[in-house]
Amino acid sequence: MPAIRVRDLQKSYGPIEAVRGVDFDVEEGEVFGFLGPNGAGKTTIVEILEGYRQRSAGEVTVLGHDPAKGERALRERIGIVLQETGVERFLKVAEVLELYAGYYPHPRPVDELLALTGLESKRNEVVKKLSGGQRRRLDLALGLAGDPELVFLDEPTTGFDPTARREAWEVIRNLRALGKTIFLTTHYMDEAQALADRVAVIAAGRIVAEGAPDHLAGRDTTTEIRFVAPPGAALPDLGTATVTVDGRGVLVRAGDPTPALHTLTGWAMEHGFTLDGLTVARPSLEDVYLALTAEVAADG
Amino acid sequence: MGDLRIAARQLRFEQKAFWRNPAGAVFTFAFPLLFLIIFSTLNSGVRIEERGGITFVTFFVPGILAFGLISACYTNLAIRMTISRDFGILKRVRGTPVPTWAYLGGQVGSSVVITFLLLFLTVGLGVVAFGVDFRTGTVLGLLVTLGLGAACFCALGLAVSGLCPNADAAPAIVNFSIFPLLFVSGIFFPLDNAPGWLTDVAKLFPMQRLADGLQYAFDPRTAGLGFNGGDLLGLLAWTAVGSLLALRLFRWDSLKK
Repeated sequence: MPAIRVRDLQKSYGPIEAVRGVDFDVEEGEVFGFLGPNGAGKTTIVEILEGYRQRSAGEVTVLGHDPAKGERALRERIGIVLQETGVERFLKVAEVLELYAGYYPHPRPVDELLALTGLESKRNEVVKKLSGGQRRRLDLALGLAGDPELVFLDEPTTGFDPTARREAWEVIRNLRALGKTIFLTTHYMDEAQALADRVAVIAAGRIVAEGAPDHLAGRDTTTEIRFVAPPGAALPDLGTATVTVDGRGVLVRAGDPTPALHTLTGWAMEHGFTLDGLTVARPSLEDVYLALTAEVAADG
Repeated sequence: MGDLRIAARQLRFEQKAFWRNPAGAVFTFAFPLLFLIIFSTLNSGVRIEERGGITFVTFFVPGILAFGLISACYTNLAIRMTISRDFGILKRVRGTPVPTWAYLGGQVGSSVVITFLLLFLTVGLGVVAFGVDFRTGTVLGLLVTLGLGAACFCALGLAVSGLCPNADAAPAIVNFSIFPLLFVSGIFFPLDNAPGWLTDVAKLFPMQRLADGLQYAFDPRTAGLGFNGGDLLGLLAWTAVGSLLALRLFRWDSLKK
């Protein structure tokens, strides 16, 4: 049985349909990346899964429970790391962890939580005095206090410096290695690329693409060739490849880049041109994501 | 049993947090104690003829105790819960398996601890500095009235926090809802010569009931155990009303977004 199962999920706020029939599964033990622009219905869906909001229609199961019922048995098995949730400011780090761990039947020891999130040296610091990054790590530690099977991480590394982000990623990888299921919401495509086994992209209340980050929306079947053409030069015929010219230069998209490259380099050699900034690469997850969400925005 | 332990731990940490926030802790205690010192000094030697010639301070100690209880249970709790909601603490707590009663029980328990500390301090100060005649015969009535008052005002405090749109507005709303009634409830000065309609209106509210019940237990003329049935019934009714309102109005999530 999947850890999360969603079928034809719908949610309306008055006349506004925020979520318009969404289906997906999150398998046990995977890191599932949930991507989408602000206002696409992402938060609504996450909060329905977490039990904070009621759905209008559809089926939702989280670890075999209906989250809308708010059952304690479910909340004992999940950990939630939200954005912008406060902590008792006048308690010390270890005290807050002890307090929250005490809510769960099988908590993770406070020392382990501190070690896992790199907060050992801050254990006796009052929460009020923590930096933004340290606060976020405390959020993460609190989400793990009950040793959950399923963890919801909402933008876990926003505001982190690059080093802190890598450390947080390491924590998430360790959780995955422990067999935890992770539902990750993020705006950072490199984060999704680095961590997620599968991602789903939501736009305008619907899922527009789903799959492994490397395969999403045909990423693995397209190659992009970029270069800056000499001024005034007429490009050669590249057959089935699509050619677009934008501010950054020429972009050639091809399923198989070999013939296009052969033609291009031959053409350049023949005319004595150099192909400035020539790159051959798979489209990045970010490229694919931007294209997917732009299409939906254009459809209105 | 396990949940009881959760509530006790919540109480313990609420107390820790309370004492680590000097501004909150000092003012919760400083206000009533300062009022007690100032008013009792200004009125030293004054006797209240309408109440059989008891000293002013014997009248004032239970009144200030009522004021302290309302500050700790109603004002303090309502503002604290609104801030916790605004900061997202309540939302975070809602996502954990802690039972509602255990979490709120810890909060209410913390207010009750503060109330009983205030009891010792105000009565102690009254006895030591102003020669209040503390009567042991009515202690039971005093404690029951205090306990019921705490339950009543905590319930109302939880309810009113649901009415506060945000933490910035909470102090103004909470204080406005309480101060006019405090003045007509015979807490700071006796209202034996006030217009009858005014005291009749005041009697409809729990502030007057609490103050009157505590004054009754303190009054040297009181015979028996110090239980004022009418006041206790009034407080009980308001506890029921407050609890129902709290169930309807208390919110875990802030309205912004």
